Amino acid sequence: MITLKEALTKSKEELSEIVADLESKAKQSDLNAYVGFEKSGEGVPILIKDNIQVKGWPVTSASKILQGYIAPYEATAIVNLKKHGMMAFGRANMDEFAMGSTTESSFYGPTKNPHDPTRVPGGSSGGSAAAVAAGIAIAALGSDTGGSIRQPAAYCGVVGMKPTYGRVSRYGLAAYASSLDQIGPIAQNVEDAAILYDAIKGHDPKDSTSAEFEYESIADRLDRNAKMTIAVIDNYVEEADADVRNAFEETVRRLKEAGHRIVHKTMKNTKYDIATYYILATAEAATNLARYDGIRYGRRAAANNTQELFFNTRSEGFGEEVKRRILLGNFVLSSGYYDAYYVKAQKVRHLIRDAYNAVFEEADVILSPVAPSVAPKLGSIHDPLEMYKSDMYTLGVNLAGLPAISLPVAKNAEGMPVGLQLIAKAFDEKRLFDAAASMEKAIAYHDTYNERER
Amino acid sequence: MFETVIGLEVHVQLNTKTKLFCSCPTSFAEHQNSNTCPTCLALPGALPVVNKEAAIKAMRFANAIEAQIDEASRFDRKSYFYPDSPSAYQITQFYAPILRDGKVTIDLADGTQKTIRVTEAHLEADAGKNMHEGAVSKVDLNRAGTPLLEIVSAPDMRSADEAVAYLKKLHATVRYLDISDANMQEGSFRCDVNISIRPKGQEAFGTRVEVKNINSFRFVAQAIAYEVQRQTEAYEDGVYEQEVVQETRLFDVNKGVTRSMRGKEEAADYRYFPEPDLRPLIVTEEMKAAARELPELPDQKVARYTSEWKIKRDDALVIVADKNLANYFETLVAEGAAPKQAVTWLTSELTGRLNKLSKSIEESPVEATTLATLIKRIEEGVISGKGGKELLDHMMENNERDVDALIEKLGLEQVSDDGAILAMIDEILADNEDKVAEYKAGKEKLFGFFVGQVMKASKGSANPGKVNQLLKERLS
Ligand SMILES: [Zn+2]
Repeated sequence: MITLKEALTKSKEELSEIVADLESKAKQSDLNAYVGFEKSGEGVPILIKDNIQVKGWPVTSASKILQGYIAPYEATAIVNLKKHGMMAFGRANMDEFAMGSTTESSFYGPTKNPHDPTRVPGGSSGGSAAAVAAGIAIAALGSDTGGSIRQPAAYCGVVGMKPTYGRVSRYGLAAYASSLDQIGPIAQNVEDAAILYDAIKGHDPKDSTSAEFEYESIADRLDRNAKMTIAVIDNYVEEADADVRNAFEETVRRLKEAGHRIVHKTMKNTKYDIATYYILATAEAATNLARYDGIRYGRRAAANNTQELFFNTRSEGFGEEVKRRILLGNFVLSSGYYDAYYVKAQKVRHLIRDAYNAVFEEADVILSPVAPSVAPKLGSIHDPLEMYKSDMYTLGVNLAGLPAISLPVAKNAEGMPVGLQLIAKAFDEKRLFDAAASMEKAIAYHDTYNERER
Repeated sequence: MFETVIGLEVHVQLNTKTKLFCSCPTSFAEHQNSNTCPTCLALPGALPVVNKEAAIKAMRFANAIEAQIDEASRFDRKSYFYPDSPSAYQITQFYAPILRDGKVTIDLADGTQKTIRVTEAHLEADAGKNMHEGAVSKVDLNRAGTPLLEIVSAPDMRSADEAVAYLKKLHATVRYLDISDANMQEGSFRCDVNISIRPKGQEAFGTRVEVKNINSFRFVAQAIAYEVQRQTEAYEDGVYEQEVVQETRLFDVNKGVTRSMRGKEEAADYRYFPEPDLRPLIVTEEMKAAARELPELPDQKVARYTSEWKIKRDDALVIVADKNLANYFETLVAEGAAPKQAVTWLTSELTGRLNKLSKSIEESPVEATTLATLIKRIEEGVISGKGGKELLDHMMENNERDVDALIEKLGLEQVSDDGAILAMIDEILADNEDKVAEYKAGKEKLFGFFVGQVMKASKGSANPGKVNQLLKERLS
């Protein structure tokens, strides 16, 4: 598949051929990565996760409750990418309302992992990652609330980047957890990820949580030879399985060879990240999803009175995982429990941020697993807590609002990709991308596994 | 033997150009749901942005009541499902309101004053409107997201009179500040009343009952009177615990009673938590500067009227209670009417006539400059007070506004010329020689008779003062 960088050099005619070819390949694919083939704008086609608003498109967050809804306005990220020679092309499958780690909770059915169709692509941006990995998208937008870009990127062997909270406007991203959500790129390589990140970022007065900063491009200044101090969190690595540990050790070895300095650190048990995340994210989600009531838009259930209308619309419209999180969120906010759960979780969130910042006093970036294992089999996770645990390495980054990038480093014996993530200080995307570019070069994943030939 | 304890929560709709969290206009819209956008419709992905103008208006209010402004107030989500609430949560300020600890001074009937504490005031977004048409219910979201300032008092009021005085003072204050239209009929100034009773001398408060959404001063007084009676009777009958429970009640304006909403609102858990879509509302120096300049407020006006213009305090209080009345009054004085005359002509003559027409002062057919001329002509002796009233009556019904031309047209000019009046006096004295003799013999009551005759002869146009003076000279 042509890279984003190369595609951006193509003429209008060449691009329309690329789009036609892409469309026919995507429509033939049985991965179920696309849930729509709409087009908007002109330029290089970018696949859009089904929770980012594109004017005139049905945008449904892969939920039954939003069937029939047509977005009447455009997300700022879409407005921005259109200004940079790109167009929105197709809607990517996802977990319903971005709640999940496997893309199995989608109203449109699960997406399959292109490396093994019996396995999940990860989630919630599973459609975006699977499509890029399968060569049916040049690059894609995803959203990352607790790992939803990085984890599917790792499971599918592609690059996925979550910007610092506030870098990319959330205006037009159907909210899951407002204080954690970020839109980010999923691409074939680090440079493409940087190009797409550059295109969508920027201060937005429509998003009060958007950061004010001077715009500086990164993609054209990537330094693959930068030498960094990279922190390794030993107790995190220990909790991963053998595939991940082996890949991690090999990566560390290559990074040292490339001239980077490795420092060893420990951080608090990730169980605190998981507990904190599932309190704060669900509290926000419970209110963010309260608007889906069948009154103004979307799918409305039959009812005899208003109360029934709310009740039936939401009972029929939401899937199990979404309902579970709405219930959990309402529980932690209910009077008598608010202090014990929500307030306490906010305090822990500050401690988590402090812990990361302490590491950054000595290190430029942190190297960490993305998930404790490779992509699991479809339908193999039955206990939601087991799924929540698989997010152990990614949640802390969202809680601390940090930028992070996941890139493939190895394949296991079964040919399934292993990804690792680099994490940087807030607003230090430049160093994050430099480190990632250097690591990409040191690992030479594509040369080793011949990925480019597919 | 019982003491009434009242606290008020007043919802003031701020008259900003745009809504609190989006740029939709707050102005009247002909069509339902036309003043809406992704944010106030709560479409997926839409986000709120705080309207600084609303914050500045709240800060102006804070400065007017000498309250503390929180320079980093925060917003919270208050969750409840209702068709007119698009996001199913209201964005309000539960944990860190924009202002705290203000005070409002009220004037009581006995001439004393009392200070009512304002514990806090917070910004929040209004809901839309539900409309029921037969079997169909509709939602109009034009009002959804309009800024409200909810002003919460301490339980400092002890009677319906105090509560109404406080409300009127707040009403006047927000109108002077031009932060709200405060139109009670249209609901842009409405209140919730918290009422409890306790035996005199007891320190602990009784059980508080909240009567919601009252939009007239009269209804507030009625609701308080009803609740006080209901609670007192329950206490005396020994069923206070059973009958008076902490609850929300509604005031039935037709029957003059409050009714429990029990079952409807009970166990409402609003699940407040910080609004993650908004950062704290940081007060900038520019905002502070914009909120610093205040117009002359009611208390300052009363002080000026009474000291500079020697107006009675009670009269001053009546005038300043309504911003438009005060403006009218100040124009009268500025145009040269003597302040005391201006008070009488405004508060009794003009207001009386307007009341009969069910018109407010801003709808007065006679403008202040015109009325000022009329008052001056009386002071100059050109017309009599009676003539002035006749002239005002004429102007209330006609469009002619040239006061001097009307005096001539209606023949209202007083005869002040000594010669003309003396001629009339002499004629009347000559015609009534017997009465002149009686008067001179001591029947002084007859003086009124002579005055009446002269006035009659002049068809009311003689200056009564002159008539009196000249008659006395002739009869002495
Ligand atoms: Zn709006």
